[in-house]
Amino acid sequence: MLIIELIKLTINGKEVGAPTGSTVLQAAELAGIEIPRLCYDKDLSPLGACRLCVVEVKGNRLLPASCVTPIFAGMEVQTESEAVVEARQTILELLVANHPLDCMTCDKMGDCKLADYAYKYGVKDSSFAGATHQYAIDDSNPFIIRNLNKCILCGACVRACEELIGKDNLSYLNRGFHRKATTAGDVDYIESDCVFCGQCVAVCPTGALTEKTMAGQARRWDIKRVQTTCPFCGTGCNFDLAVKDGKVIGSLSNPNSPVNGRNLCVKGRFGWDFMYSDKRLTSPLIKKDGKFVEAGWDEAYDLIAKRFNEIKAKYGPDSFASLSSARCTNEESFLTQKFTRAHMGTNNCDHCAGACHAPSVAGLTNSFGSGAMTNVISEISSEAELLFLIGINPTESYPVVGYKMRQAHRNGCNLVVCDPRRTELAAEADIWLQQKHGTDIPLLNGLMHIIIKEGLEDKEFIATRTENYEAMKALAAEYTPGRVSEITGVAVEDLYKVARLYATTYKAMAFYSLGITEHICGTRNVMSVANLAMLTGHLGRPGVGVCPIRGQNNVQGACDMGALPNVYSGYQSVTDKAAKEKHEKAWGAPMPDKVGLKIPEMFEAAYEGTVKSMYILGENPVLTNPNANHIKEALEKLEFLVVQELFLTETAQYADVVLPGASFAEKDGTFTNTERRPQRVRKAVEPLPGKADWEVIGEMVTRMGYPMSYNHPGEIWAEMASLSPSMAGISYERMEKESVHWPCTSADHPGTPILHIGKFTRGLGGFQPNEHIPPGELPDKDYPILLCTGRVMQHYNVTTQYSAGIAEVWPREMTEVHPQEAAKLGLVTGSKMRVTSRRGSVVTTAWVTDKVQPGVIWMSHHHSETPTNELTSPFVCDIAGTGEYKVCAVKIESA
Amino acid sequence: MADYKDIINQYKDLPGGIIEAYHAVQREYSYIPEEAVEAAAAAFKRSKAEAYGVATFYSYLKVGKRGKNVIRICESAPCHVAGADAVIAALEKELGMKMGESTADGKFALELTECVGQCQATPVITINSKPYENVTADKVAAILTEYK
Repeated sequence: MLIIELIKLTINGKEVGAPTGSTVLQAAELAGIEIPRLCYDKDLSPLGACRLCVVEVKGNRLLPASCVTPIFAGMEVQTESEAVVEARQTILELLVANHPLDCMTCDKMGDCKLADYAYKYGVKDSSFAGATHQYAIDDSNPFIIRNLNKCILCGACVRACEELIGKDNLSYLNRGFHRKATTAGDVDYIESDCVFCGQCVAVCPTGALTEKTMAGQARRWDIKRVQTTCPFCGTGCNFDLAVKDGKVIGSLSNPNSPVNGRNLCVKGRFGWDFMYSDKRLTSPLIKKDGKFVEAGWDEAYDLIAKRFNEIKAKYGPDSFASLSSARCTNEESFLTQKFTRAHMGTNNCDHCAGACHAPSVAGLTNSFGSGAMTNVISEISSEAELLFLIGINPTESYPVVGYKMRQAHRNGCNLVVCDPRRTELAAEADIWLQQKHGTDIPLLNGLMHIIIKEGLEDKEFIATRTENYEAMKALAAEYTPGRVSEITGVAVEDLYKVARLYATTYKAMAFYSLGITEHICGTRNVMSVANLAMLTGHLGRPGVGVCPIRGQNNVQGACDMGALPNVYSGYQSVTDKAAKEKHEKAWGAPMPDKVGLKIPEMFEAAYEGTVKSMYILGENPVLTNPNANHIKEALEKLEFLVVQELFLTETAQYADVVLPGASFAEKDGTFTNTERRPQRVRKAVEPLPGKADWEVIGEMVTRMGYPMSYNHPGEIWAEMASLSPSMAGISYERMEKESVHWPCTSADHPGTPILHIGKFTRGLGGFQPNEHIPPGELPDKDYPILLCTGRVMQHYNVTTQYSAGIAEVWPREMTEVHPQEAAKLGLVTGSKMRVTSRRGSVVTTAWVTDKVQPGVIWMSHHHSETPTNELTSPFVCDIAGTGEYKVCAVKIESA
Repeated sequence: MADYKDIINQYKDLPGGIIEAYHAVQREYSYIPEEAVEAAAAAFKRSKAEAYGVATFYSYLKVGKRGKNVIRICESAPCHVAGADAVIAALEKELGMKMGESTADGKFALELTECVGQCQATPVITINSKPYENVTADKVAAILTEYK
C-alpha cells in the first residue's frame, strides 16, 4: 500500500494536512479554501505569472504566489489578509487598466474569472492610465473568436496547446507591453497550424477566446448543460451540450469526463452543428413513382409492416437482412438485432464493424478468446514505457487518444510507429518504420524472428500462458532480417532496434487500427500483432496489451449488442443451445440457429436475388463500402428497402421508405467506447422528427405484429443486461455514479479494465502463425499508382460534411500526391485531378506532399462529391470479410 | 549573401544555439527573414511558434525585412537629457523617414534602443553596433556618409 505522508500546516488559522510536495494552493484546496487564480490551471504546468494567488506566509517578507510555493511543516498561511487583498486589488487594477470593460456585451460574462475577482475585490475601474491595446479581432475561422485585447497573458492557451494537445501552435511573441500570446508570425488561427480542438478556449479565463457558435446566443447562466458522449470516434469523450431555449448552441468541456477530461477535438467541440443542417429529414418519406413524398408515420409503418411481412412469407426469413449502426445507441442496435431474430426469424444482422474492425474481433478472438481492446486508454499516460503503433494514425482518427500518446512521449515514454505514410506521430516517433503497404505480417514476423534469435522472448509466459508456440517459432525462423527488409523496405538495423526495444521494455503497449485490419489478410495481421505481444509476455497487466482503437463512437457497442450475424448480445453464439433457449424464452419466439450473412455477403446475396428486403439503420454503405458501384447494383435489385437516417444519404436514395432519424443530442441511450466502457448519451433537446430512433423501431416492429414497447432506453439496457452475463452488472443507475469496463458480471463487480489477467478468455493464448499475403491488387503497367485510404482529422466518416463549420475548413477531398508524381503531371496543390481504378473513376483535388511515398496517393472517403470507394478494391479479408480499403491500383491524370 | 539555412546549420548542435543562429543570420542580412525563423524551428526541433517567440523576445533581433545599416539611438534618461530629441529629428530629416522605418533604398533602418552603456559621452547612437559618441544634430550628415 502506498503511504502518503501528510504535512501539517495552518491556513487561515485552521490546521490542515496535505501530501509532501503540495503547493500552498493545493493544500488550501484540499482544506476547502479556494485561493483566487488566473494563470493556475490544475491540468497545466504551474506558471506563477499572474500573482493573483499570492498569500501571506508568516516569517516571509514578500507575498509568495501560492501556486508555485511548496508547503512545509508548521507553515502559517493567510489567504485573505489585508496585505493579500491589497495586492490582489492592485494586480486587478493593473490588468483592468488594459482590458476593455465591455462586460455588458461580453460572451464570457458568467464564466470570466477576471470579472469574478474584480467583483469580489471591488475593482470597478483602474487608477492606472496609459496606452491600451488596439488589436484587430481574429474571427476569420468558423469556430473561435480571438480578441487579444481581453488577453491577460496568463499563458493558459499556450500551455494547453503545448501540454494537452502537443500541437505547439501558440507561444508568446514580443516582450513587455507588446507581449502577445499568439501563433507563429502572429497570423490568424485559420492561417496557422491550428487544429481547432478549442482547448485554448476551454482554459481561457477571460473573454479573449470564445466559441463563435455561442456569440450573442446566451450567457453562461442562461445555459442548461447536459453531459453526454461524443457521437464521433470511438474514444468516448464526454462533454456538456449547452442548451438555450430548446436548442443546442455549443459544446463545452466537462472536467468530470472519465476518458478525456477537458480535452476534445474539432469534431466533438465544433462538429455537433450537423444536427441543425437544413438537410436533416423531419418526416417519413415514401417513394412513389420513383420520387420521395412526405408521409405520416402511420402510413409509413403500415407499408413497412405489409411489405416486410409479405416478402418474408413469400421468400422465407433469410430473404431479409438488417444493418444496424455503429453510430446509433446500444439500445437501438439491441432492438435491431432483436427484431431481426425474433420477428423476421433470421440472423442476417450486421453493421459496419464488418467494414473496419471485424478482423479485430475475429483475430483477437482466435488468439485470446475476446475481440476487444485488452487494456485501457488511461494507461497510455499513466503506465506505458513504450507505445508501439502499427497501422494507426491517432492524432487524426482518434485525436484525444493521439494527444495522450504525444503527452506520454514528451514525458519520456518511447514511441515506435510503423506506417507507410508519414503521419504526425510517425514524424515525432523515436523510431519510424516505413514499411511498404500491405507488408505488416512479414514486418511482425521479422521482429519475432529477431526476438527469438536473441533469446528475448518471455519464456515463462510462453510456457505457462500460450499454446502452438513451436509452429510460431518455426515460421518466424523463415523471416530473416534480410528477407524481411527486402519485402518491407525497412532497414535491417531498424528491425533490430525495434525488436530489442519492444521485447526488453517491461510495459509496452501495442496499438493498431484500420491500417492493420483493412487488408486482404486483415485478420491475420491482427493475429500477428497478438503473436508479438504473447511472445514477449506483454499481456494481462497494466501498461501492456493489444489495443485496437475503434473508429466509430459505438462500433464496440454495436458488436456488444449482437448486431452481428453470429452472436447475441455479450458475444453469445447463435449456435449455442443454451443461449438460443434463453433468448427464445425471453423473446417468446423461436430463434434461428444458422449463422447469418455478413455485410459483403448480404450485398452479394441481394445482387444475386436471395436477399429481397433490407432494413438499414444509420449506415451509408454506398459511400463507405469498398467497390461502391457493386453495392448500388445490389440495392437496386432489392424488392423493398427501409432506411432510417438523419439525411437523405446516397444509400437512402435507394430506399422505398425513409424514416427520419434523431441525432445523438435528441435521445437517451448509451455508447460503448473502444475500451469497453458504456457511457450515457443524454437527451438535450427534442428530436427534430418528433421521435427518437428507439421509439421508431419499437413502433415499427409492433406494427409488424411483434409487440415491442419501452418507456425509456434504460428498460432496453436492462433487458440486454439480463440476457448478457458480461454486462449484467452495469445499469443506468450505476452509470450515473461510475464508469466501468465490461466484463462486469454483477452489481458489486468492479468492472474489468484489463483483460486476460492470469488466464486468457480462451484459456491458453493461441499463437497463430501467418505467412505473408500480398495485397489483392498491386500497381501494374495499366494502373501504376497505389491508392491508400483513410480518415482526416477534421472529418468523421459520414456526418461531419453536414457541419457548416467543418465543411468550411475542410470542404473537399484533398488527395495526397507525392511531389514526384505531381511533377510528372504538372499538378500543384489545388489542381483538379482524376483518379481511375478498374472499378470506377472520380475527380478530386490534389495536395502535393511528401507524407506519402513516391508512387502512392492517399484519399479519404468523407465526401460524396469524391466517392473514393468507387475506386477501392473488391478483395476482402478471407476470414472476416472486411474490404481491402488500404491498397488498390489506380492511374491518375490531370483533370 | 550566404543562405540562412547554411548559417543556421552551423549552430545546430550547440545547446541553445538558436539565439547564436539568429545573431549570425542578422549579421548577414541585418534582419531575420521569416523563412529563417521557420528553418530555425526545424533545425533546433522547436515549434514554429516558439521559434518566433525567441526571435521576438530580444529587441536587438528583428524579424522581417529592414534597412541594411541599422541606426539605433538611445532613449534612456542620460541621452534624453543630453538632447537625443534633436539628434532623432536630424536623423529623420537626413534620411527622409520616421523613427522605426527603413529608407526606400533599403540602406538604413532607424530604431530606438535602451542604454548602450556609453553614458560618459551622450547622446549616443550606434550604427550596426558601432557606437558614435557625443552626437549632435550637425554631426549626423557626416556620420551617415560613411555608409552611403
